[in-house]
Amino acid sequence: MNKIKILLNGIIKENPTFVLLLGMCPTLGTTTSAINGMGMGLATLFVLICSNVVISALKKLIPDMVRIPSFIVIIATFVTVLQMIMQAYVPDLYASLGLFIPLIVVNCIVLGRAEAFATKNTPADSLFDGLGIGLGFTLALTLLGAVRELLGSGMIFGVRIWSETYGALAFVLAPGAFIVLGYLIAIMNKIIKKA
Amino acid sequence: MKKLESTLSNMVIVLSVVCLVSASLLGFMYGVTAEPIARIEKQTLDNGIKKVLLDEANQDAQINVEVREDGAFTFYEVTDAQGQKLGTAVKTAVQGFSPDLTVLVGFNTEGDIKGYEVLKHSETPGLGANCVNWFQKGGKGDIIGKNPGKNNLTVSKDGGEIDAITASTITSRAFLGAVNAEYKQLFGSNTNANTGATKRVEAAENDSIKTE
Amino acid sequence: MSKLTISPSPHVHSSDSVKRNMYGVLLALLPALGFSLWVFGLDSLRVVLISIVSCVLIEFLVQKFIMKVKTTICDGSAAVTGLILAFNLPSNLDWWIIVVGALFAIGVCKMTFGGLGQNIVNPAIAGRVFLLVSFPAQMTTWPMPHAVDGTTGATPLAMMKEGLKSGQSVSEIMAANGMPSYSDMLLGNMGGSLGEMAAIALIVGLVILLCAKIITWHIPVSILATVFVFAGILNLCDPESYASPVFHLLTGGVLFGAIFMATDYVTSPMAPSGMIIYGVGIGILTVLIRTFGAYPEGVSFAILIMNIVTPLINTYCKPKRFGEVVK
Repeated sequence: MNKIKILLNGIIKENPTFVLLLGMCPTLGTTTSAINGMGMGLATLFVLICSNVVISALKKLIPDMVRIPSFIVIIATFVTVLQMIMQAYVPDLYASLGLFIPLIVVNCIVLGRAEAFATKNTPADSLFDGLGIGLGFTLALTLLGAVRELLGSGMIFGVRIWSETYGALAFVLAPGAFIVLGYLIAIMNKIIKKA
Repeated sequence: MKKLESTLSNMVIVLSVVCLVSASLLGFMYGVTAEPIARIEKQTLDNGIKKVLLDEANQDAQINVEVREDGAFTFYEVTDAQGQKLGTAVKTAVQGFSPDLTVLVGFNTEGDIKGYEVLKHSETPGLGANCVNWFQKGGKGDIIGKNPGKNNLTVSKDGGEIDAITASTITSRAFLGAVNAEYKQLFGSNTNANTGATKRVEAAENDSIKTE
Repeated sequence: MSKLTISPSPHVHSSDSVKRNMYGVLLALLPALGFSLWVFGLDSLRVVLISIVSCVLIEFLVQKFIMKVKTTICDGSAAVTGLILAFNLPSNLDWWIIVVGALFAIGVCKMTFGGLGQNIVNPAIAGRVFLLVSFPAQMTTWPMPHAVDGTTGATPLAMMKEGLKSGQSVSEIMAANGMPSYSDMLLGNMGGSLGEMAAIALIVGLVILLCAKIITWHIPVSILATVFVFAGILNLCDPESYASPVFHLLTGGVLFGAIFMATDYVTSPMAPSGMIIYGVGIGILTVLIRTFGAYPEGVSFAILIMNIVTPLINTYCKPKRFGEVVK
C-alpha cells in the first residue's frame, strides 16, 4: 500500500476523533486548552507509533489466544515509559495531563489500530499508520482545544485574543467539550460531503 | 515464518517473555528518570515556597527548608544560605465550598503575609475558583503585606477589611479562616513555655472556628 | 414496512394553533412583566427588549441564511423564548451576555435540532443554564427591588445555602438581616431575576393559561405539590437544617418554572399520566439540588433533566387517541 495514502487516511478519511469517534475520554477531558490538546495528541502519537511498530514486528510470534493481553502489556509499557519521561523532563505538561496519561493504555485508538492494522501489515506500513492516525488525533485535539480555549477564556495557545471577561466558562468545562465536538463533527461532515 | 500455534506452552512462554522484556525496560527507564523526577519534585516545592516567601527579585536565592508537621498543618521553616531565618510557609487544607481547599501561605518572622498559593481546590469555576488570584497583590481582596495579628482578616460582611470574592462569600470565609488559623498555629506554638498563653490561643482558635 | 396511516373523516377542527397558544403565553406573562417593570424600572424593560429582539433576529438569520427555509418568526415562539429567557436573568445584566444567551437558546438549542417542535430541551432554560455556568458571577449578582443606587444582594435561596454552609441554623438565617418575610416574598419584595419576583403575578398568569386552555393543571400542580411535600418531609425530619416548604415554594424560580417553563409543549410529555411523572420528577430534583447540590437554585436544572427524560416518558404513557375506546 502507498505510504502517503496510509498517512492521509489516518488524518482525514479515518480521522479517529471526527470520523471514527474513538478515544472520546481523553478527547473530552484534556482539550481545555490548545496546548493541552496538542500535548495529549502528541503523547498518544508517540505510544501509537511505538506500539504499532512493535506489535507488527511481533505479530507472527504472538499466539492468537493471548494476543490481547500481550498487546495491552506492550502498550502499557510504552505509556509508563512516556509517563516517566514526561514527569522528568516536561513537568509542566505532566502536571496538566498527568491524570490522563495512564488512560492512553485503554484508549481504543491504540488497541484498535494494533488489532485492525498492525497485525495485518508490515512494520513500515504500521509506522505510517501510527503516524497518520496519531497526527489526525493530534490535529483534532488541538483544534478542539483551540476553539474551547478561545471561546472559554479568549486565548489561543496562551495568546490573548480578547478580554477574559468575554470568555464563556461553559466551554472550558465539560459541557463545552460536547458542544464544540458536536459542531466540529457537523462542520467536518459538511466539508467532506462537499469534497 | 508461520504464525505460532496457540498451545499452552507457546502462550505461557510468549506472555512471560513479553512481560519480562517490558519489566526490564521499565526498570531501566525508572533508573534513568528517578533522579530528575525527585529533583523536579523538590524544585517544585522549593519554588512554591520561594514564591510565597521571597520578593520577586530574590527568586533565585538559595534557601534551606526544614519541614515540620503538626496535625492538619505543615510548616516549612525557611532559612537563607547564611542561616538567617526568613520566615515560615504554612500549608493546611480547609473545607471551602467543596472539601480540600489547600493553601500555602508565607509569613515572615513578624507574621506579615509575604504571599500565598492555592495548591489544590475544587471550588466552583468562575466563582470560588477565583480565590487563586483574588487575594494576590493587586487583586481586589489583596492580603499581601497584611498581618493577621494586627489586621482583621475577615470579609467585610463580617466586619473585616477584606473584600469577599464576588458571589462567593463561603470560599472567601474559608480561605481567610485558613490564613488566620495558620497564623495562630504558627505564632501560638511559640508560646509553649507559657501554658496559659497557649490555652488562650487555643480558646481563641475554637471561637474563630465557630464564627467562620 | 410501515404503511401510511390515513384517518377517516370527520376531522375535528379547532381554532387551536401555534400562533394562538404562543400569544396566549405572552399575554399570561404580562402581569409578571408589569410587576418587574414596577420593581426594577426601565432596567427590566431593557433586558426584556434585548432578549426578545435578539431571539427573533437570530431565528430569522438562521432560517434565512443557514437553513434557507421560510421564516417562522411570526408564530411568536421565538418571542416567547426571548421573554422567558429575560425573566430568568438579573435586571442589571450586560447586553452582550443577554445576546449570548439568546444565541445559545435559539441558535444552539432550537435551530440546530431543526427549529420549533424538534428541540429536545426548552431553549430558554438551556440558554439560562448556559449563562449561569459561563458567567456565574454576573448571573448571581441580583439587584435589590426598588434600589435606586444599584445595590445588589443575594436571593433568599443563596442566603439560605450560604448560611447552612457556614453552620447556621434555619431559624437563625430566617431571622437574619436582609431575609425577606413570607409576605415580602409573596409580593416580590426580594432579590431575584425578573420573573421570580411576585408569586401573585405568576399565579394570575397561571389562571390565564388555564382559562385559555393553553395548558392543563397536571404539570404545574404536580411540581408544586411535590416540592411542598418533599421539602415538608425534610423539614419535619430536621427543621433546623432544612428550610420550610413554604420558603421553597415562594423563593427562586419554582412558581415561574412550574407555570411557564416546564409546560412548554415541545419538551413535556403528552399524556396526563406522563405529565404527572414529569412534574413529580422536576419537584424532587429541584429540592434535591437546592438542598444537597452546589447551586442554591435547582429548578432550571431539574426541568432540563426531565426534558431529556420526556421521550422515554412518552414511550410508556401514550395519550388516548381521539375516539379510542378504552378496553
